[in-house]
Amino acid sequence: MILSDDSVDAIKKTTARYPHRKSAILPGLTIAYRQVGHLNEDLYGEVAEVIGVSKNEVASAATFYTMFPKQKVGKYLIQVCVNISCGLMGAESLMEYLLKKLNVKPGEISEDGLFTVVPVECLGSCTTAPMMQVNQDFYENLTPEKVDQILEDLRKKA
Amino acid sequence: MEKKLLFANIDDPKQPEIDTYISKGGYESFKKVIKEMKPEEVIEEVKKSGIRGRGGAGFPAGMKWSFVPKDSPKPKYLVCNGDESEPGTCKDRVLMEHDPHLVVEGMAIASYAIGAGHAFIYIRGEFDYPASQMRKAIDQAYQKGFLGKNIQGSGYDLEMIVHTGGGAYICGEETALLNSLEGKPGQTRIRPPFPAVEGLYACPTVVNNVETLSNMSLIIKNGGEWYSKIGTEKSTGTRIFCLSGHVKNPGNYELELGTPMSYLINDLGGGIVDGKKLKAIIPGGSSTPILTPDKIDTKLDFESVVEAGSMLGSGGVIVMHEDTDMVWVAKVLAHFYMHESCGECTPCRQGTKWLHDTITRIYNGHGKMEDIDILLDLCDNIEGKTICPLGDAAVIPIRSTINLFRNEYEHYINHKKPLVENKFMSFVNG
Repeated sequence: MILSDDSVDAIKKTTARYPHRKSAILPGLTIAYRQVGHLNEDLYGEVAEVIGVSKNEVASAATFYTMFPKQKVGKYLIQVCVNISCGLMGAESLMEYLLKKLNVKPGEISEDGLFTVVPVECLGSCTTAPMMQVNQDFYENLTPEKVDQILEDLRKKA
Repeated sequence: MEKKLLFANIDDPKQPEIDTYISKGGYESFKKVIKEMKPEEVIEEVKKSGIRGRGGAGFPAGMKWSFVPKDSPKPKYLVCNGDESEPGTCKDRVLMEHDPHLVVEGMAIASYAIGAGHAFIYIRGEFDYPASQMRKAIDQAYQKGFLGKNIQGSGYDLEMIVHTGGGAYICGEETALLNSLEGKPGQTRIRPPFPAVEGLYACPTVVNNVETLSNMSLIIKNGGEWYSKIGTEKSTGTRIFCLSGHVKNPGNYELELGTPMSYLINDLGGGIVDGKKLKAIIPGGSSTPILTPDKIDTKLDFESVVEAGSMLGSGGVIVMHEDTDMVWVAKVLAHFYMHESCGECTPCRQGTKWLHDTITRIYNGHGKMEDIDILLDLCDNIEGKTICPLGDAAVIPIRSTINLFRNEYEHYINHKKPLVENKFMSFVNG
């Protein structure tokens, strides 16, 4: 079993709140993804069992939504918004800066296992561009100095 | 002009706490409706206000509520749409983060009006902080007896649930949102039946945007007629505009509808950065047609923006200065719509990829002059041929850049380089 007891409990509690248990599929996948860092076939099966739906139903939802990584990523998944508002404020430079600094290509895990950088579509932070999301947290109005500091803090925390 | 109704308390750091909210008269409107008003009276008041949906389509909210069949034996549901994925738009997030009880109270009022026993707020999965703020607010509302069984002794029961999605733009479309809420891929449904008759779990459902519902407490408190006098005759109330791009002071600003766009961009936004000239404006999120600088005095209301050749949409005003390469703009947006197409309708699934690939070919210096007509032909073969408006949305920026800036496409094709090279405020240079 990959899911921890806490995750199983959280999925069960979430399921109980909905009038129809299938509605717990996305929240269940979110709980699983946050515990493990990415999703895979085994997790689809485990989430399905806890909710009480078929594995196919869970898999068809999981594979539709791009927010859930399907392959292993670094401890910190850095998602850089490259859509229009961030693009106008230098998102392409931000992306290049991060890739160079961490010596990775998009989607790769850095040598220390800590970071994966990917470009993503609009994250709803348009007025505070450019921005990036690291795991669940938003970092906005970015400058190179801010990015350096964020990476340093994350390394210390790891 | 700037008029802070929804943003009246947005700067108070204690506003998300229920005691602060109550101390400023919060939940009085909800108490009033459950104790003194019949559901149809609430709907009538909202109709009187003239408020139109703030999600993008601008459909009158009161009318939407009145479509819910009163005699249906099925349970009824309210769904608050907090998916917020339209590029250029981040207003709902501000409300959920900084005044979550305003959203909760609006949802509670709407739920009572349509007879719903369950209300859901669907929040895009990436919005972890807004979702946590909403969860906290809902927990507090339960503790204070504004949610749950027999609310305030009125006999009305309401359960409220925060539901987070998986980060798909299409789930902002109401039928895709409902499928997603049911645990399915977020693909759209053919209408009719409309959600008001057959929505969540095939039961009558109203889907309203966060900003729309945030107005309900004010409408009940002050009356529909009071609200109808703000704004213009057909576009009543205020609107939160997200100003982004090449302006000195980007941000979310609440304006009375009918305020000139120049006031937003020049007065509140501080004008264009670096003393550059304004080149283009997207007035209502990326799926609305581009306007040129001669339209800067367009009044920001539903009718005036349509008259100027665009749409008010989601209120995301994106400003671009003279150093913006419009083929790059088309490429960025084409990639977005290709990525976010749910794949259900062939014209959209295939067409958005063709649009993206053709523009990218031009952008990379391998375009041919006939590619411009191919793009326009593709637009014609996507628009109006899909179940939901994502196909139309994908077409709009492409056609708009060709119609307004065709010379930039031609320059790319003739010279294998842009007419205008993007010289944005570079991230690296701070």
